[in-house]
Amino acid sequence: MLHFTRLKIVVILLTCLAGFLVALPNFFSKETVASWPSFMPKQQLRLGLDLQGGAHLLLEMDQEEIKKDWMNNLRDESRKILRTAKIGVTGIGAQGTQLVIKLAKPEDRDEALKELRKIRQPVGNVMLGGGSYDVDVNEGPDAGTIIVKVTDAGLKQRISGAAASSIETVNRRVNNLGTSESTIVRQGTDRILIQFPGLKDTKELKQLIGETAKLTFHEVHPSLSPEDAKLTAIPPGYKIYPGDKGEGGEYLLRETPIVQGADLADAQPGFDSRTNEPVINFRFNQVGARRFANFTKDNVGRPFAIVLDDKVLSAPVIREPILGGSGQISGSFTVESTNRLAVQLRSGSLPAKLTIVEERTVGPSLGADSIADGERAGIIGGIAVICLTVLAYGTFGIFACLGLVVHLILTLALMTLIGSTLTLPGIAGLVLGVAMAVDANVLIYERIREELRVGKTPVAAIDAGFQRAFVTIADSQLTTLACALIMFWLGAGPIRGFAVTLTIGIMTSIFASVTVVRLLIWYWLKAQPKGRITTVPV
Amino acid sequence: MLMRLIPVFKGIDFFPHDLRLPFMRYKGLAIGASLIAMAISLALCMTMGLNYGVDFKGGSLIELQSKSGDADVAALREQLNGLGLGNVQIQQFGPPSNVLIRLEEQPGGEKPQQAALKKVSDATQARFTQRRVEVVGPAVSSELRMTGFVAIAAGILAIVAYVWFRFEWQFAVGAVVALTHDVLVTAGIFSLFQFEFDLSTVAALLTILGYSVNDTVVVSDRIRENLRKFKKMDLNELLNLSINETLSRTILTGVTAIAVLISLYIFGGEVIRNFNFAMLLGVVIGTYSSIFIAAPLLGYFGVKRDWSDAAAKGVAAAKTKAKA
Repeated sequence: MLHFTRLKIVVILLTCLAGFLVALPNFFSKETVASWPSFMPKQQLRLGLDLQGGAHLLLEMDQEEIKKDWMNNLRDESRKILRTAKIGVTGIGAQGTQLVIKLAKPEDRDEALKELRKIRQPVGNVMLGGGSYDVDVNEGPDAGTIIVKVTDAGLKQRISGAAASSIETVNRRVNNLGTSESTIVRQGTDRILIQFPGLKDTKELKQLIGETAKLTFHEVHPSLSPEDAKLTAIPPGYKIYPGDKGEGGEYLLRETPIVQGADLADAQPGFDSRTNEPVINFRFNQVGARRFANFTKDNVGRPFAIVLDDKVLSAPVIREPILGGSGQISGSFTVESTNRLAVQLRSGSLPAKLTIVEERTVGPSLGADSIADGERAGIIGGIAVICLTVLAYGTFGIFACLGLVVHLILTLALMTLIGSTLTLPGIAGLVLGVAMAVDANVLIYERIREELRVGKTPVAAIDAGFQRAFVTIADSQLTTLACALIMFWLGAGPIRGFAVTLTIGIMTSIFASVTVVRLLIWYWLKAQPKGRITTVPV
Repeated sequence: MLMRLIPVFKGIDFFPHDLRLPFMRYKGLAIGASLIAMAISLALCMTMGLNYGVDFKGGSLIELQSKSGDADVAALREQLNGLGLGNVQIQQFGPPSNVLIRLEEQPGGEKPQQAALKKVSDATQARFTQRRVEVVGPAVSSELRMTGFVAIAAGILAIVAYVWFRFEWQFAVGAVVALTHDVLVTAGIFSLFQFEFDLSTVAALLTILGYSVNDTVVVSDRIRENLRKFKKMDLNELLNLSINETLSRTILTGVTAIAVLISLYIFGGEVIRNFNFAMLLGVVIGTYSSIFIAAPLLGYFGVKRDWSDAAAKGVAAAKTKAKA
């Protein structure tokens, strides 16, 4: 059993060599590695944010807002459809996730149902879905009422669509922050994770993603003031918006905007030529420009309102039709806020507000300290292990230490290959992997000693030691592996980083501490003078 | 050849191999004491509770470094207490220039957490640089708490399933009691001394599970082997023999692991000190439980005695028959 075929030896040595080459770039700086000839591997292990410094933000979308927006859309659409179909309506009310539509004449109901069902959109896989829609349109409990109800599948699809477009928007906004590569990924249904290596100050980042930046232009009610509207009744289709400054100032605006931020072609920060205060210069795209031109032509002398995130920035009076499709927004801006708003407007609005639910930021100095501490502790711990092993097992102890070195190199190489990230808990996992590898050798050597004690010849004892111990090693490593895999599936953040290195460590330890060490011992046996092996240096 | 250069010398076999410590004689005492320790730990966790860190409790943790000289903790405390952020904990952390600030979770959902952080940042940025910020909102903290406990429970289950599959149910019962003991007693010590319990502690507990079961499996493996070898030996005697035979390995591996962990604890930096402490504790408790709980329990449950190949085949055949 101790014997190795030539093929096996070549495979083992090649594996070690390949591992060494892949792990090599990790021991040099980025610049040194870049200057290496092209045939050398250059990929380096990615360091986690806790080691290299950076920001980790977990954002949550406001689902309620998405629901509310959708309900508003559904109401507008239903109203439009019924109007086109000339079906009289006495009222449309929203209750949670359903609309209750009261028809003027109950006998119109079948006709209205038919028309309203046109707003349904199929959800999921149309081929397999079996007729599932994003909303259900059914008769209400009372005569002449219709209920438009949002389905769970529909809501899920809405939210997932909103998350996707949020990620795009966040990506565009964050790209304005500068050089280093950030990753923005979806987590679960309604969360977005931003990881930004090397970012020192998160203030700017938080401000950029903290606003939805929904810009809209609205018609102001021609005669009614918001105070009067509150006393009497708010006309249908209108809504009261607060002013930007917070105190007092309210406006009665038509809820459906004339033009939206999506119709903006460009937005740039600038200064007003007369007052020199910071402003935003914007330009509409063709559609937006045409709509805005038509509106201003018909409403000269009346005010319109510029609304950002449901707050009125200003409500200027139209002096002459604005046909060029460009304009200027003023408000109580600072240079900083116009810069930010311009970025936000160019990147598009978020479908819903994002709230930070988790933040972890590590400054570069702490990251560097952690690496230095980890290295120092690793070296001292390593020396301790080497001393103990050599002391306890002599020559074979030296082989075990060589196996440990191979183990560490292969673990590093595998981690580099699969592109995993080394975190602080990951270093701890690496250490436990070393302990497992040492344990494998301890098991083997204790077994060899036992076999020697019962009187076996050296070669037979070594052989039996490896064979018998292997069952135990496999069992103990596999149970730990089961534990590590569970950690990986269930774990969050630090637990996962730990599980990854531990898993890789367990896999390489069987090769390094069993196979490589066995090969070394086989070489050693062969190097001894024939028939002269009387004692085993273990 | 190269191999000639390597010095040939024997290691020090420090362990008296004919030693037969009577572990099984005191099995009642050991298991009784362990059960009492588990009960006390459980009671501690219930009454005193665990000192949850930011991960599980929500709130903020901010590590600051003074821009010049040592940090004046008293002045900082006075300043931050004036901000109206509830209970603010400030401690020196590592070198005297560094402080760690803990804010409790602010009432009112997710947004107040960020507002509180901003207040502290604005108040301290003139004199301190931020080394680390962790803000965990109420939604995430309750999820992490859930994940942590589920991970530990699932870890135990996975291990037990594997042990059951590889050995017999009696071994699996021994393992599950030993593992539960390890987790409970470690948690109990964390509760007693009110050490901070966070995600990294959970990672440590999972690692302890791995280490402890590793020990248990090594002993179990030897028990199984001896069951094949000594068909007529008294079970208690056989268990005792197995524990003693693997004792040298148990101690050597334990000492190596502890040496590495101590080096990590002392030199590994402030951030993972808590993790390393839990690990150190766990290695000791885990080693104890394999010797004094998992194996002795087999003495109570009894175990299948005929492990010969024919019997194994018979069982396997019966199993396939039952399946069919």
